[in-house]
Amino acid sequence: MQLSPAIQTSNLRKEFNSKLAVSDLTLTVERGEVFGFLGPNGAGKTTSVKMLLNLISPTSGKGKLFGVPLSEPGIRAQVGFLPEHFRFHEWLRADEFLMLHADLYRMPRDLSSQRIPELLDLVGLSSHSHKKLSQFSKGMLQRIGLAQALLNRPGLVILDEPTSGLDPVGRRLVRDIIRDLSEGGTTVFLNSHFLSEIEVTCDRVAFIKKGEVIRISTLNNLMGGYMTVELRARNMNPEIIQELTEWCQDIREDGERFTFSVPDESNIPVINRYLVNQNVEVFSLSSQHISLEDLFIQIVGTEGEL
Amino acid sequence: MSTFTIARLTFYEASRRKILLAALLLGVLFLIIYGLGFHYLMLDVEDSIGIRDRVQLNEIRNFLLMAGMFVVNFLTSVMAVLTSVDTVSGEINSGTIQTLAAKPIRRWELISGKWLGFAVMLTLYLLLMAGGVMAIVYLRTGYSAPHPFRGLGLLWLNVLLLLSVSIFGGTFLSTLANGVLVFGLYGIAFIGGWIEQIGSYMGKVSAGQVAIKIGIITSLIMPSEAIWRRTVFELQSPLVKALGFSPFSALYYPSTYMVLYAVLFLLAAFAMAVWLFSQRDL
Repeated sequence: MQLSPAIQTSNLRKEFNSKLAVSDLTLTVERGEVFGFLGPNGAGKTTSVKMLLNLISPTSGKGKLFGVPLSEPGIRAQVGFLPEHFRFHEWLRADEFLMLHADLYRMPRDLSSQRIPELLDLVGLSSHSHKKLSQFSKGMLQRIGLAQALLNRPGLVILDEPTSGLDPVGRRLVRDIIRDLSEGGTTVFLNSHFLSEIEVTCDRVAFIKKGEVIRISTLNNLMGGYMTVELRARNMNPEIIQELTEWCQDIREDGERFTFSVPDESNIPVINRYLVNQNVEVFSLSSQHISLEDLFIQIVGTEGEL
Repeated sequence: MSTFTIARLTFYEASRRKILLAALLLGVLFLIIYGLGFHYLMLDVEDSIGIRDRVQLNEIRNFLLMAGMFVVNFLTSVMAVLTSVDTVSGEINSGTIQTLAAKPIRRWELISGKWLGFAVMLTLYLLLMAGGVMAIVYLRTGYSAPHPFRGLGLLWLNVLLLLSVSIFGGTFLSTLANGVLVFGLYGIAFIGGWIEQIGSYMGKVSAGQVAIKIGIITSLIMPSEAIWRRTVFELQSPLVKALGFSPFSALYYPSTYMVLYAVLFLLAAFAMAVWLFSQRDL
């Protein structure tokens, strides 16, 4: 029997009064995947995450976690969540805070008593277990938030900007935790602005813009093919540049220097031949694999519109 | 059950944030001042009218008991609103509710847990304050109000009523707006109650009848003052009841139907709070 995907949504839509926040969220995240969710500020990422957790009711559309409708509270026993703007009951001590959330997961006390020290150790807060959260730094709060998201050994962990308040050591820790979760078969849904982390940790990514998923692809497919090309040449003219768009995109001109991206490395010699045939003096032509940041800008756009 | 986890959290929060300690200390201070005042007033009274005139003494004891209960009713009402006014709207605003609601918990469990936590705290506070006033009067003079348990029950109903309205408001209003709503309703009920009381002294004069109707309408909008006047009816001495003349009494007392209405009002406010919170985006 085939297991249901960890996340499956179909045309999820959310309007706040007349304002459209998410127009069409249709995606499937398989079990065990580390899935990156990318988009500019205000694109509807957090609203999408909140719909997955039933914190926000969709205006229309359907969604399931592990084959169970989003509105069914029981399914959230298999989900761990770290919100973007993590605010906790800061008058609680770290161990009390975790015990509260373990109780909400309905974990037996003997199990939670064993699990809490493990998690405090995992996030590097063992020596702060009796400290009140009000005395924690932003990074420490994020770590304890991460620990509460992992209490119940969830099948799906949803992390909304999990490293935004962390220093490099903390970021490395989160990356290692995500890798361990993935190796243990846990599905991770990662919403992050740190594209370098997405690049390192994710199997697949979805790009969201104006509340709509505009592309879903494996990171290998996205990054493997695309290359950034730097060209230094003389005698270029608008017609030649226009003609180049047959093999490349996102052409930028700076005097004799041109940069563009190609979807496939084999396009580079074709471009070179074309330029020589057009009597363009080519001084240099170098290529390198495109970064996720460049790809993000290409796919989502640079206009700053959401 | 998650309701009890949230109730424990709510109660614990009141304790950690020193709300319980402040209430306890000020409550004890109130009882000490009341006790001293009562003792010395009674010494003076006993001196001037003698201890044999039990009827007159009991009237004075009852009057002083009612004065204490009037303050207790006011303090517990204020306590019910001030402690709970921020509990839902504040958690929504700060975002702390998100990690709670993202757990395998139903929305009604969150609301009922908060309600239960505050209800336990306010019940203890009421028992301390009202029980303390009654105990002081009894221990000093041996006097007990006619129906102390009914009176306590009605004061409890009043506190739970205000708590339910406050939690209801918090599900759709900001903390400030909710505070304005609940205290506004309390104020309307209070002034309506006094208008009705004054109207009742005017007898069958048409202005008096209008005043009574205003009081009844305000009691329907918010039955807190009506419940207080019914409490007075249960605790007042039979003589004052018969005369109908005291700052705490009126010729017309709210009927049992009004008490029933207050219970239904409480249940409706709670049910609406659960429904609105279940519908709202967090």
